[in-house]
Amino acid sequence: MKNPYLPLPMRIEKITVETGDKSLKTFSLGFVREEDQRRFSFVPGQFAEVGIFGKGEAPFGIASSPMDTTRVEFTVYKVPGGTVTTALHEACVGYVVGMRGPYGNGFPLGAMQGCDILIIGGGFAFTTLRSLVNYMLHSDNRARFGRIQIIYGAREPGLLLYKEELAEWQQRNDLALTLTVDRCTPADGWTGCVGVVPKVLQEARPPAANTYTVVCGPPVMIRFTLPVLQELGFGPERILLSLEMKMKCGIGVCGRCNIGHKYVCKDGPVFSLAELSQLPSEY
Amino acid sequence: MIIRKAAVAKFLDGLLKEYAVYIPRRREGYSEYTPLDPGSGYFWQGLNTQKPPKELLFPHGETLYSYRLRSDGVELRTHFDEEKRVLFGIRPCDAKGFCYLDRVFTRQDYQDVYYQTRRNNTVLIGLACLAPTTTCFCTSLGGGPFDTEGLDLLWVDLGERYAVRVLAPKGEALIKGRPEFVPAGEADWQAVRELEGGALGKMAPVLDLSGLKKRLDENYSDSVWDRVFEKCIGCAACTYLCPTCHCFDLSYEVEGSQGLCVRTWDSCAFPLFTLHASGHNPRPTGKERFRQRVMHKFRYFVENWGVMSCVGCGRCIIHCPVNLDIRDVLRQIIAGVSA
Repeated sequence: MKNPYLPLPMRIEKITVETGDKSLKTFSLGFVREEDQRRFSFVPGQFAEVGIFGKGEAPFGIASSPMDTTRVEFTVYKVPGGTVTTALHEACVGYVVGMRGPYGNGFPLGAMQGCDILIIGGGFAFTTLRSLVNYMLHSDNRARFGRIQIIYGAREPGLLLYKEELAEWQQRNDLALTLTVDRCTPADGWTGCVGVVPKVLQEARPPAANTYTVVCGPPVMIRFTLPVLQELGFGPERILLSLEMKMKCGIGVCGRCNIGHKYVCKDGPVFSLAELSQLPSEY
Repeated sequence: MIIRKAAVAKFLDGLLKEYAVYIPRRREGYSEYTPLDPGSGYFWQGLNTQKPPKELLFPHGETLYSYRLRSDGVELRTHFDEEKRVLFGIRPCDAKGFCYLDRVFTRQDYQDVYYQTRRNNTVLIGLACLAPTTTCFCTSLGGGPFDTEGLDLLWVDLGERYAVRVLAPKGEALIKGRPEFVPAGEADWQAVRELEGGALGKMAPVLDLSGLKKRLDENYSDSVWDRVFEKCIGCAACTYLCPTCHCFDLSYEVEGSQGLCVRTWDSCAFPLFTLHASGHNPRPTGKERFRQRVMHKFRYFVENWGVMSCVGCGRCIIHCPVNLDIRDVLRQIIAGVSA
């Protein structure tokens, strides 16, 4: 019997400081045991419980692409006063952490195939979106998806994640990437858009026909983005959101992450807006 | 089968060669299931224990694994409780409670190997309730004082003897070839039926919960929730003492470079249960937390598992420090007016 509570030992192989304020770091984890690497597979949008032995575990969306089977990446915000995220931020390359998962449903890749994909991200919620984009951009997969359009915003230029990758994406001719910031100073040298994500979306007016939209960001961004999508004609069945909740077990047993009868860890974290509208607004 | 009461001690001592036997006992005003010592004699107290036997399959605290940090990584060791157990004198409501825990802990997609190991090694000997109390409401939830769901044997007190109903192979194996048991006659089963009728006659009138699920489907925003939680002080006694509540926490106990990952009971009644690290709490007040408890038992569990996760044992009523009676709450909800 497989034991769902036993973590896989994972070694920190690389740490990338993502933002100027050092509050976000990406941890690239390698498998300590080869058999774990062979068995581990996931779909974009799934998460794992990453833990520091002796401190605790917390759920993080997987930020790397499933096409890269050698490592698993997580971008972690150091929550002020957060035990696990602080311990992770203090860890060095070579340190062994625990990982349980993958958990949750992930993005509905089967249904999304053959459709255009609109990705709307804000702040440090871009992690599983990065996994999804890199998955779709992989040469084995690119032909299965239509037009890919990305709108990604942060409060200021220094807070955008994955800057090198964003620069590579901007060079590609098979995706449309719009980066925007809420504000910037001349010192930032920012040449992109300035304006909040919902406003940029409204101006871009992406076509709704045959399109799946994935929206991940802070609550305030989501609150103002959804009406714009509605106005542009996007149906609630094809607007996908990924929820966050306090979790422990990751398998729908410990009881804390439910919204109505759905457990975010097991039945989510990805829900369509249509599914969410059927649930109590307790999140 | 029939066993004389005088022979029960010998039977139990025989079981101790292979099993640990747990029986309900009262000590210092507190009652729970405790292990029977060899040769200690059999001291029967027909008891509806204060603490349910839940912890014998799903302990209040248990080690899931130990870890030891090493220079080249980490060493992990799992701990499984493989003790072979007999729970003797368990009430039908408590046995039914295990059937609900089974649904949660032995699912298709994930097997809780800790629970499952204990469950597979446990035999449940039930004792029919002859004297239900005023807080019992098992018959409102599809159970009954002689209910057999989840049990391997059901014993019925006939005065000087017990009638024993064999319900499952595990129960049959336990008494097979044991000289203490003799076949029961038709007169014995007639006596059992009469006792069952008598016990049912002592039950409070059945609560009609047929419309409850539909009400709960519609009343999430109802003003009834603004009222029913007000007395609740959030102590969580109701959930800790509930035979079907299964929520838990995972944490570490640390000593230097080694430690334990432990699982402990947790409760939806506590604000920290759902508090995000960011400070956001989706159930910020007693109202949301109380609603969650009721909704989970009587609506969400029905949607996920087809049954209400309440067995009507009455512990949450007896032990509530502010006399909050779940039956009254359910009545108010059923009678409630939509806001």
